[in-house]
Amino acid sequence: MLAALRCMVMRDLVLAVRRVSDVLTTLFFFVIVVSLFPLGVGPEMEMLRTIAPGVVWVAAILASMLALGRLFGHDYGDGTLEQMLLAPQPLALLVLGKVLAHWLVTGLPLVLMAPLLGLQFGLDTVALEVLVISLLLGTPAISLIGAVGAALTLGVRGGGVLVSLLVLPLYIPVLIFGAGAVEAEAAGLGAGGHLSLLGAIAVLALCFAPLAAAAALRISLE
Amino acid sequence: MSTAGINWFKYSSPATFYPLAGRMIPWFAALAVVSAVAGLYLGFFVAPPDYQQGDAYRIMFIHVPAAWMSMFIYVVMAGYAALGLIFNTRLSAMMASALAPTGAMFTFLALWTGALWGKPMWGTWWVWDARLTSELILLFLYIGYMSLEAAIDDPRRASRASGLLAIVGVVNVPIIYYSVQWWNTLHQGASISFDKAPTMAATMLAALLVMTFACWMYAIAIVLMRVRNIILERERHSEWVMGVLEEEK
Repeated sequence: MLAALRCMVMRDLVLAVRRVSDVLTTLFFFVIVVSLFPLGVGPEMEMLRTIAPGVVWVAAILASMLALGRLFGHDYGDGTLEQMLLAPQPLALLVLGKVLAHWLVTGLPLVLMAPLLGLQFGLDTVALEVLVISLLLGTPAISLIGAVGAALTLGVRGGGVLVSLLVLPLYIPVLIFGAGAVEAEAAGLGAGGHLSLLGAIAVLALCFAPLAAAAALRISLE
Repeated sequence: MSTAGINWFKYSSPATFYPLAGRMIPWFAALAVVSAVAGLYLGFFVAPPDYQQGDAYRIMFIHVPAAWMSMFIYVVMAGYAALGLIFNTRLSAMMASALAPTGAMFTFLALWTGALWGKPMWGTWWVWDARLTSELILLFLYIGYMSLEAAIDDPRRASRASGLLAIVGVVNVPIIYYSVQWWNTLHQGASISFDKAPTMAATMLAALLVMTFACWMYAIAIVLMRVRNIILERERHSEWVMGVLEEEK
């Protein structure tokens, strides 16, 4: 079973490396959205520092949501997904592998890019650290929850817009605790509580989201 | 064979449920009208003005039942969706999709009347209070459910997919609710609290309960009407629907 999981991850990574532009598009979308905020609200450093965690988090959520279409889209188009449904390995495991690979190519670059953007917003070192940790815990949860939405909207007309309507409300807890962690640290409250809750959400999503996404795939492909 | 007792599944078939719903609708509708009139009379003419809020509080008699219904209907909808997914009963899925617009309507009503109540009381239409925010998110969940169902052409797949979404949503509702609450309270103490005067006058409470009953009856009646339409639409190729339509002509 672990072999199947590893095989799935490696396959999707290879496919992603062959289409580097897809990965870069997500990353640059993230950078551009974050850069728009100072232009929109003005360059006062004090204000930018207070809105930075929220801005980075919202942009990260939007960027990974945009990439959701690619999670199952290609495999659905060329029929690979139907073969996965027929595979002897549990579908939830294969879905987990796909989500893991998806996070490695879309979520992780965002996490690595975040401190640079945080610097532009005048965050200090401690806040940057918390921001990175919160994104590191939160983006897997976002990919996992998003997988359910992506599976449900597979092959549906207007699926790209629809998926945002489905998953954005479900992202709210992640956003609250992710951005809240940085703000709590800045307010001197300590980010521990928020990060623990964020971790709890990630574990919960890890347990249930692959099952729900697998069920959704079966509905979409029947 | 006749000792087998009650057939619990008799009314889980659309063909038998359709006439039953038709017979029940007038009762629930009548109860809704009677209790709404009684509740509004109690609320507007009998209940005393609040000592702090004056007469403006009277919007509570529609606001609070609407808010209760909005949350309750979502849970019921998810329950029907789960039944539909587990037992593959067509009627459960139809009930779930019939409930969604009513639930969304109540959510919207709760938000709208809340804004109207907030303006004279707090001096603002909207605050990012935990309750307001979670009610808004609930509206988003309803809208997501309905748009997913509308986007899929095959009704069977549509109801299964949206059913799964409703279940995922109901798992998330407590998490969202508490996260929003902590989000607000961790930040700063809420500048406006919902806690009203410690005790309510008995007539106020009576009016509120009667209005809640009216909302219940209204919701049941309207959902039964809607589910009858959905049954006819989805079962239009079956013979019994032809028979029903011939009769009603």
